[in-house]
Amino acid sequence: MLLIRCPYCEEERPELEFRNAGEAHIARSANIAGESDDDFEKFFFIRSNPKGIIYERWRHMHGCARFFNAVRDTISDKFIMTYKAGEPKPVKLPGVAK
Amino acid sequence: MSGAFRISGAGRLSQAKTARFSFDGQSYSGIEGDTLASALLANGVHLVGRSFKYHRPRGFLSAGAEEPNALVEIKRDAARKTPNVRATVQELYDGLAAQSQNRWPSLAFDVGAVNDIASPLFSAGFYYKTFMWPKAAWKSLYEPKIRAAAGLGVAPDQPDPDHYSARFAHCDVLVLGGGAAGIAAALAAAETGVRVILADEQAEFGGSLRFESGAKIDGRDGFAWAQAAITRLKAMDNVRLLARTTAFGYYAQNFVGLVERVSDHLQNPGRELPRERLWQVRAKRVVLATGAIERHMVFADNDRPGIMLASAARTYLNHYGVAVGRNVGVYTANDSAYAAAIDLKKAGVNVAAIVDLRDNPTGPAIDEARALGIEINFGRAVIRAGGKLRVSSMTVQPKNGGGERTVPVDAILMSAGWTPSVHLFSQSRGKVAFNDETKRFVPGIYAQDCVSVGACNGTDGLSATIDEAYAAGAKAAKDAGAKAAKGTKPKVDASESWSRGMLGAAPGAGPDTTVKAFVDFQNDVTAKDIRQAVHEGMRSIEHVKRFTTNGMATDQGKTSNMHGLAIAAETLGKPIPQVGLTTFRAPYTPVTFGSIVGHARGQLFDPTRKTAIHPWAEAQGAVFEDVGQWKRAWYFPKAGDDMHAAVDRECVTVRKTAGLFDASTLGKIEVVGPDAAKFMELLYTNPWEKLEPGRCRYGIMLREDGFIYDDGVVGRLAADRFHVTTTTGGAPRVMNHMEDYLQTEFPHLNVWLTSITEQWAVIAVQGPKSRDIIAPLVEGIDMSDEALPHMSVREGKICGVPTRLFRMSFTGERGFEVNVPADYGQAVWEALWAEGQKHGACAYGTEAMHVLRAEKGYIIVGQDTDGTVTPNDAGLDWAVGKKKTDFVGIRGMSRTDLVAKGRKQLVGLKTKDPKVVLEEGAQIVGDPKQAIPMKMIGHVTSSYWSENCGRSIALALVAGGRDRMGETLYVPMPNGTIEVEVAGMVFFDEKGERLNG
Repeated sequence: MLLIRCPYCEEERPELEFRNAGEAHIARSANIAGESDDDFEKFFFIRSNPKGIIYERWRHMHGCARFFNAVRDTISDKFIMTYKAGEPKPVKLPGVAK
Repeated sequence: MSGAFRISGAGRLSQAKTARFSFDGQSYSGIEGDTLASALLANGVHLVGRSFKYHRPRGFLSAGAEEPNALVEIKRDAARKTPNVRATVQELYDGLAAQSQNRWPSLAFDVGAVNDIASPLFSAGFYYKTFMWPKAAWKSLYEPKIRAAAGLGVAPDQPDPDHYSARFAHCDVLVLGGGAAGIAAALAAAETGVRVILADEQAEFGGSLRFESGAKIDGRDGFAWAQAAITRLKAMDNVRLLARTTAFGYYAQNFVGLVERVSDHLQNPGRELPRERLWQVRAKRVVLATGAIERHMVFADNDRPGIMLASAARTYLNHYGVAVGRNVGVYTANDSAYAAAIDLKKAGVNVAAIVDLRDNPTGPAIDEARALGIEINFGRAVIRAGGKLRVSSMTVQPKNGGGERTVPVDAILMSAGWTPSVHLFSQSRGKVAFNDETKRFVPGIYAQDCVSVGACNGTDGLSATIDEAYAAGAKAAKDAGAKAAKGTKPKVDASESWSRGMLGAAPGAGPDTTVKAFVDFQNDVTAKDIRQAVHEGMRSIEHVKRFTTNGMATDQGKTSNMHGLAIAAETLGKPIPQVGLTTFRAPYTPVTFGSIVGHARGQLFDPTRKTAIHPWAEAQGAVFEDVGQWKRAWYFPKAGDDMHAAVDRECVTVRKTAGLFDASTLGKIEVVGPDAAKFMELLYTNPWEKLEPGRCRYGIMLREDGFIYDDGVVGRLAADRFHVTTTTGGAPRVMNHMEDYLQTEFPHLNVWLTSITEQWAVIAVQGPKSRDIIAPLVEGIDMSDEALPHMSVREGKICGVPTRLFRMSFTGERGFEVNVPADYGQAVWEALWAEGQKHGACAYGTEAMHVLRAEKGYIIVGQDTDGTVTPNDAGLDWAVGKKKTDFVGIRGMSRTDLVAKGRKQLVGLKTKDPKVVLEEGAQIVGDPKQAIPMKMIGHVTSSYWSENCGRSIALALVAGGRDRMGETLYVPMPNGTIEVEVAGMVFFDEKGERLNG
């Protein structure tokens, strides 16, 4: 069971309290009704599924109930960092060589 | 004396405490502290099982958790039968009853042994090739027969009456393995004051010190030192000792799963003790001290009962005081088997000969064996074992060929060397590295905050082990935040040393032979099978493993993996590290389902939710159904009613007078804030801005893909306050969906969401008399049609308590839903019930509710929709705000396929014979005469007998359904084809006049 740091509670809590909510930083267009088929496909269907660093959304379901973002390594399953929803995608990751 | 093979003065058990037990119905006597294995051996019993595939007679290979052969069934009573128990770890108790497995009619005479003669048919991968045709025979004939013939024990056929508990624990240093290394590490860590857990799978700590007679620490015998150290640790408040506890899985972030066997060793455990306890431990640092496992020699017929690991024979002698034979042979490729020969010889057992594959080894063990007068043969191999139910001889030959010589023996002790137990290290995602010099895989790159010490780290010798372990324990404590240690390191006065040994097949079992030289005893895999797998094209060790099943049995290849790998590598002509090691997976040893499930069974498996009105319905004799976690009143039978009679009566009564229905389980969410209407506009297809406070609207929620996700009536209580209802099952996901959009897509909106499902009990009062029933109890609300029209909501009081009174209908009748605080739910229900009685109203359940809504063509999301239905498909276009520029699903809904012609649309179906009720889920075709497989054009989603219509009614999703009105379609069923006519969805009161009736 993973330990996940909730950026709102500022505490590491067991995975049981959390729920994954899919990939992060996929913006919903302000003019979604006018989007082309291609753009809607990208927005709704296409996900990155990388081997390595993934940016994803989690919800502290059985805690503060807030959605937040996390950077996780899909190879080691390690959480590299978590940050609040709405904050920009971090470029520099702690402990990850680029 | 318990058993003829118990040696006076040997071992550590107290002869005074005898325990009676039985094996295959035969009674024996053992000693408290025995394992089932040592007690049987003390009685001269070696034959304990039949092998998996060939039904070959098998005895004990080991004295520990790695045992592949000696699997038995332990039976306490009819329900408590445990199959596949390793006799080498089962502790003896008075009255223990064990049975052998996988044999018929008896262990000594097993009909299945014909498989051994027919073994050419059962070579590696035989089931992939032999039983291919006829195809149908696999399920009906081959698989059941193979499963019955091959196998392990029989699963229990009754519910498990034992209970299992679970604990979560945190510690600074978790030490896994309680041998010399583990104890030294635990001492070092514990002396700093940090929280330490030390776990070991055996009943007593000590590990290999149980048999290493040459070990002396701090001036005493190694095992005695271990017990003294454990006594010290036990006295420390910061230490928890877990004996009989196996660490079976090492998970992310130093999270380790352990199973403690609490009462399997007790004669009468009593109900207060769990059978097992699951420990889930989070440790800051983990010290792995899991030791090493001895390997057997791979030679012809090396599986005969009486042939075992040298260390096992030593354990039986030095710990249990049992000689495994009277005239033993030794076959080895390393030094440690000499110690077994020496110990047995000193105990008075004849050692017929030591056969050593090595050419001219030297060392103190060899000198001592020679001094004791034991015959030693260097550079020779045992090329075959004689005997069937028990080994009777070993045939010795110079390893490069030459004259054979047969030596009579009643046991063979073998050692091909030691394999470090890197299972947990590997499970922690650490990478093992192959040491070419010592021919073993040892921990290489660590992935977690752990450290390996002692034999599992490839460290040889007790002195080096204690040095390494003590330092590692102290460092782990320091890394976990300890100040400084104040203890002293144990001093090793004497120790034994291990040397390298060999991997793979021994001479006489080489590529040019067809002998049965077993690599994996439990799955009956021979050296030949592994070579055959390579010859048939398996290149990866993972493929070899699956093709031969080497290492796939319940022992997970603890003794076989390295031999199998070496033989595969040799056959492939590649060095071992290039062939690679198969993945180590949890569990290390088999774990019961009971321990994983723990208390989460029966009523504690899932919470049961009951409404405030539940006790009333129960008292009325309602039959309940499960809806998600909720118990809902299904129907209210009167004396002699079956379900149909009850439902028909309830449906008719509601339309004739009125009915009361407990709708409390409906999901309810309060949407509050200055931007509440804006938020509702975005989450639902409908327009909300212009909905006046006090009015209601039926809302549809879509996912972004344009498909219906949920629906429900929404009341606007004030400009900034909506009372949203959801489906019963959908409440949590709708709340999650709303929170997701509010927190992440529309965070600029000033809105708060609150789940109020359990705050309000909801009593639906439906029917022509509904207003007459409610009105006398209501204060402060004008109940006239003008003041409270259909689809409106008012706040006021009922029976003196606050209410949100909705005028709405899920039956098509004049109807109300009375929301009251849940604590008053039953009281208000009873008051309404008393009023209802005056008018002849009934209570109705969910089944009548379903029929009544279907008569009106009202859909149920999740029944009439399935996640691929758009509002248009469901005939709900009218509920989509045409002028809206945004809502969740607006873009998805307009995708090409979702607006294409011929989509499945929701329609009504009338059977030509009104008495025939269709089956929900039944498929619909256009032409019943077409060839099979027929083209299916839709399916029935809802179907009921409608007493009010005097006929059956159904809803269905049918391709292009709305263009097929009046068309005849067909529902092919096993007993004949049913003719149906496509109709509108409303079967009763098409004009909707009864809403104000």
